[in-house]
Amino acid sequence: MVAPLHPVPKLLDVSGVSKRFPGVQALEDVQLTLSRGEVLAVIGENGAGKSTLMKILAGVETPDRGEIRVDGQLVSIADTGTAKKLGIALIHQELNLADNLDVASNIFLGREPHQWGFVDRHRLYSEAHVFLEQVGLNCSPRLLLSELPLGCRQLVEIARALSAQARILIMDEPTSSLSQGETEQLYSVVNDLRNRGVGIVYISHRLREVKQLADRVVVLRDGRNAGMLVQEQIAQDAMVSLMVGRALVRQVRTSQSDGAPLLEVQDLRTTAHPQQGLSFQVRVGEIVGLAGLVGAGRTELLQVLFGIDQAVSGTVRLGGQVLHLQSPGDAIAAGLALVPEDRKLQGVILEMSVGRNATLASLHRDARCGFLNTEQEMTQASMMTQQLRVKTPSIDHLVQYLSGGNQQKVVLAKWLALKPRVLLLDEPTRGIDVGAKQEIYRLMEELASQGIGILFVSSELDEILRMSDRALVMHQGRLAGVLDREQLSEESIMQLATGTPHQMATSVLQELL
Amino acid sequence: MKKIFGILGLFLAVFVFTALRNPQFVSAYNLENLIRWISLFGIISIGVSFVIITGGIDLSIGSLIGLTGSLMAWLLTHRGWSVPATLVTVLLLSLSVGLAHGLLITRLRLQPFVVTLCGLLLYRGIARFITDDQSQGFGNSHEGLRAIAIGKIPVGSSFSIPVPFFILLLIAIVSAVVLNRTIWGRYLLALGRNETAARYSGINTDRIKIAAYMLCSLLAGVGGILFSLDLNSVQPSGLGEFYELYAIAAAVLGGCSLRGGEGTILGVIIGTAVMRVLYNAINILSIPTHLEFAIIGAVILAGVVTDELAKRYAANRRAVRERLGETPAPSSS
Repeated sequence: MVAPLHPVPKLLDVSGVSKRFPGVQALEDVQLTLSRGEVLAVIGENGAGKSTLMKILAGVETPDRGEIRVDGQLVSIADTGTAKKLGIALIHQELNLADNLDVASNIFLGREPHQWGFVDRHRLYSEAHVFLEQVGLNCSPRLLLSELPLGCRQLVEIARALSAQARILIMDEPTSSLSQGETEQLYSVVNDLRNRGVGIVYISHRLREVKQLADRVVVLRDGRNAGMLVQEQIAQDAMVSLMVGRALVRQVRTSQSDGAPLLEVQDLRTTAHPQQGLSFQVRVGEIVGLAGLVGAGRTELLQVLFGIDQAVSGTVRLGGQVLHLQSPGDAIAAGLALVPEDRKLQGVILEMSVGRNATLASLHRDARCGFLNTEQEMTQASMMTQQLRVKTPSIDHLVQYLSGGNQQKVVLAKWLALKPRVLLLDEPTRGIDVGAKQEIYRLMEELASQGIGILFVSSELDEILRMSDRALVMHQGRLAGVLDREQLSEESIMQLATGTPHQMATSVLQELL
Repeated sequence: MKKIFGILGLFLAVFVFTALRNPQFVSAYNLENLIRWISLFGIISIGVSFVIITGGIDLSIGSLIGLTGSLMAWLLTHRGWSVPATLVTVLLLSLSVGLAHGLLITRLRLQPFVVTLCGLLLYRGIARFITDDQSQGFGNSHEGLRAIAIGKIPVGSSFSIPVPFFILLLIAIVSAVVLNRTIWGRYLLALGRNETAARYSGINTDRIKIAAYMLCSLLAGVGGILFSLDLNSVQPSGLGEFYELYAIAAAVLGGCSLRGGEGTILGVIIGTAVMRVLYNAINILSIPTHLEFAIIGAVILAGVVTDELAKRYAANRRAVRERLGETPAPSSS
């Protein structure tokens, strides 16, 4: 390549950026450049470091090492204010808007046109109108944000970024909650912005979307640059193999359970979907995957089984005994345990020690007349944490300083001390690194081989395929189907999960990949 | 534990400063009085610290003291009730007040601040109505009963320990054992940190919170009885006024976090002692009493600020240590 005589500095030039969080190297020596009028897609698996990188650019996190240049000038983005001044705007997955204010007030939040300390309402609305036109949103700037459909709110956020003279727009999964029509509109806004010289960093899981929009693709894997694709190189297979770092070869479980029925659910109706009765079984030593799209009612089912929510009707039997599940206490007494979806909120107590977390559920069993058996507690805590190989300096270490994977092991330790008969897991490997994932899988297999029945919810098809002896697939609160080991495939699951005929399911699948 | 050293240091500083400025401060008479008041306030502060550990608050303590204190005097002298019947009634009333708070907060999911703020108004009004807003007292009767508040047990020739100190000691020991040595205490600390995770661990969080509010009101009732016996003549409109704030301040000074999940009984008692010593110092050093609130407020603020700064310093040190220990040195390439 021939260097031009007067190289125009890149709009954004990130080099050698590293960031470490306790227990995990989120980014290691990452490079990235962005030109004016370029749409750069950043892709990677969950936990590849995309979010951390974007947070660094937006001034939410500061890097441990590395350089960031804007227009060739070395900058240090210490906070979100600095990012704003540099013209960097982050359009977040969770929108940062005040839905009790109207559209114009949201666009100019914190930068209202004013005179004598009063908001100049005339200018507020007329200027808002200009920016709304730029993002192709023709609604009144006086409309309350809460009255605007979700998809349009994203456009309001883009309008806000434009009104703040943003030159670098970071969009994090912008289409994840948009309908088809809204997505098309967003595409045209993105194209329009590109033509006006705005640099766009576009993060997405949807490879078809990336193929359609991106001029260039940067792939991250385990916090490092895994590769880059330009223009005609941007194809799904190429992206996938860079993301996973290997051709997709799947390990599958070899053991099969033909044990007796352990957990039997008959016509169970949850408050979320009271019109749908659910019936299924989990056998002794069986691992049953619970697949489906977000909102299909899987978490609600687990919460009813664990006594957090009450069922509308239906029966749950464990080993033939009918259970009366009024509270988690009832479920635990019956031999059920739940590793919940939101680890930090529901799973662990962050500001308590590893040991105390690990024994929280079994304290009452070892107590004498309500008094703690401290010695027994300590022994059990260290035994469980060693058994599950929790990486912690000591059992007195606070859980908040552990990595996600180790926190999840603490949750498991809490339950395994009670020797449950059925283990319920809700997204057990969400947000934890690859190594810890494998350990959790190994542990699930080990528990199943001891005769524990396992029912786990996962949104990752890979995980369902790898771990399940059988998979239940839910669609809009309904049990859409049960797939045996031999019937399990990405297509068969997606077909049931989306409630679509076979061909459509295949296309949805492609979109997801 | 480190937290207790901080507040203990503050206590000693105020104590020594006052003693040096006016030797009267360490006279037997003054110290006995001081110990008696620390004990009375200590009891109600322990009560509120249980509620604070759940992440809640109880603003009704002062009014409940006013109600129980004047109700007891009124039942004994105006109604001629027997001592046991009166005490049982007053304590049962306190327990049911706590139960009502707990039920409203857990079952109806009302905010503790609102529930107990209404309690603050309600119990004060009831106290004044029942007694017709007349001051209540025991005169020269019930000397035996009053001994539990004003009695002393001599140690050595010149010094006596007031009886309430032993009541505080008993309550403190039981409370500390409950908090640190029983599963109930562990559950309380756990739910104060993260109620959802505690519930997901099979803990009946509602029941424990209700128990905490009952304990708080019960100890306020005990406090009301003792304050009333100690003062002999009490105003239904004035007894216990602001005491909820003293108790909360003492608990916070003593290491309880209003976010919940944190606190020690010993810390709370030392926190109470700081408050009372300050109050006493203002009187004994002839500082204008108009400044009383300002000084107490300033000292609490200084204590809390110092504590927060110390915590940040410790957190920074930890972060630096972690980085040094875990991050590989920047490579030279």
